[in-house]
Amino acid sequence: MDWLGPEEWQAVALSLKVAFWATLLSLPFALLVSHALARWNFPGKQLLNALVHLPLFLPPVVTGYLLLITFGRRAPVGAWLEQTFGLVLAFRWTGAVLAAAIMGFPLMVRAIRLAIEAVDPKLEQAASTLGASRLWVFATVTLPLVLPGLIAGAVLGFAKAMGEFGATITFVANIPGQTQTLPSAVYSFLQVPGGESSALRLVAVSVAVAMTALVASEVLARRAANRVSGQ
Amino acid sequence: MSLSVDIRHNLGDLTVDLSFRAPSGITALFGHSGSGKTTAINAVAGLLKPQSGQITLQSDVLFDSATGTNMSPHRRRLGYVFQDARLFPHLSVLGNLNYGKRFAPRGHSGPGLTEVAEMLGITALLRRRPGELSGGEKQRVAIGRALLSRPRMLLMDEPLAALDAARKDEILPYLEQLRDQTSLPILYVSHSVAEVARLAETVVVLDQGKVAQVGTVEQVFSDPSMVRQLGLREAGSVLPAQVRTHHLDGLTELAVSGGRLFLPQINQPLKAQTRVRILAQDVILSRELPSGLSALNILPGTVTEIRAGGGPGVVVQLRCGTDFLLARITQRSAKALKLAPGVPCHAVVKSVSVARHDVGHN
Repeated sequence: MDWLGPEEWQAVALSLKVAFWATLLSLPFALLVSHALARWNFPGKQLLNALVHLPLFLPPVVTGYLLLITFGRRAPVGAWLEQTFGLVLAFRWTGAVLAAAIMGFPLMVRAIRLAIEAVDPKLEQAASTLGASRLWVFATVTLPLVLPGLIAGAVLGFAKAMGEFGATITFVANIPGQTQTLPSAVYSFLQVPGGESSALRLVAVSVAVAMTALVASEVLARRAANRVSGQ
Repeated sequence: MSLSVDIRHNLGDLTVDLSFRAPSGITALFGHSGSGKTTAINAVAGLLKPQSGQITLQSDVLFDSATGTNMSPHRRRLGYVFQDARLFPHLSVLGNLNYGKRFAPRGHSGPGLTEVAEMLGITALLRRRPGELSGGEKQRVAIGRALLSRPRMLLMDEPLAALDAARKDEILPYLEQLRDQTSLPILYVSHSVAEVARLAETVVVLDQGKVAQVGTVEQVFSDPSMVRQLGLREAGSVLPAQVRTHHLDGLTELAVSGGRLFLPQINQPLKAQTRVRILAQDVILSRELPSGLSALNILPGTVTEIRAGGGPGVVVQLRCGTDFLLARITQRSAKALKLAPGVPCHAVVKSVSVARHDVGHN
């Protein structure tokens, strides 16, 4: 990767790290929430649905600010996390993970929820009459059938995390080597004279990552269709 | 092993209020669509919770609204074969069969995968995906999967209804084998008279959510009041018979309690127990012993009941030996022949079909 300067490379590596953890950590929650929204009936279902989708409709800078006043070091949750687990989020890369996870969450839930809704509940019934408990039915029938949708959701979440800018820069700022992700770096390079060539190289990386994610999710969606048809 | 069902459930436009017992062997739940058959079988499986009632298998309470007992489906251990096979699309045939085995309780004896696959003729299909199977093959795999879960009982909801005639004929022998070679009680939901006549030992006739009639297949199918339930063209009695002789001219002679019947060659050994179905519309009645007729099958009997329907026809029940036969004739003929209970007459049978093959039973 000689063609990327050290500062540029740092930003790409940080973005990859942030996106990786954001995707990995939010996936189980996304699966649970998707399953709840697709299959369960409970009071407050619409509220949960709205809450999950909120980051999609709020200006990202608002989401970032809300994170700051919730998870900042002096904010109630932030202070508690620091005292109990020694975990600081604001102005750290860990905070970038949280911001990216929250921004990507609605996209993940939408993809996974569609996949869960496509699973015929009759198959789950059949599994239960064969002796599988609810948890086993989920693990051996629902999950394998949802897997391609799950991967597609993860790819979308990862791509979103790579590109997240507004909430991240508001919550964790733009500190080179610490919280400067790829989009923040592009923004910084464009603010200084002669930074265009660095910005352009990062733009190329962004386009490559986005294209790969799109193609991958397309292929996986097709495989999902084949899988559910039993061919 | 016997199942006892006593449930009430309101489905909006249908109130299901059923009470019946299913002894071992095949018990058919017979009725038209909307008679409550599927509600009943799903309640037994635990896929539907009745509003009130009780369901017990032997001494095991599966459901009891009085005590709030409702065993979850996976604990009931009842193998369910659905109308739409419901094979898992992400697994091969082998994977589907193994899925049945996976949750089977340990230490329970029963046929293994090889034997089950052999019996159902699916050994050659083990590597295929469900999407590559015909409807009949799918249904056989589904039966195998249910058997391998070591169920205490089999539930079958119209397993043949989605198949064409050729595929039905392909599966029926396997179901007969299942009935004769395993001791599993089977609850079999069907709206097909022919299937029930061929397979069932006990018949529970459902009508608008209620039990209209319960009995052995011979009793139910020779009851004149059931003719409307079964349909005029389908109604007819079922009689136990034994293969007597294979004649050189291609006819097989069967003994029934009221005499003998000749059929085109049937593929069963001498002395084999079988069951014949004689449609009410294929029977002609005569007061005298007819002569100069081409029909070979003439059974002497005594009229036991005459039942008029709405139209010009009547249904006459005759006792022939220890069995009963139904004949559908016109009201005018019944009057002309002066038919009444106790009157002796002869039944001329135009055609007989073998309803089932049941070696070693009865």
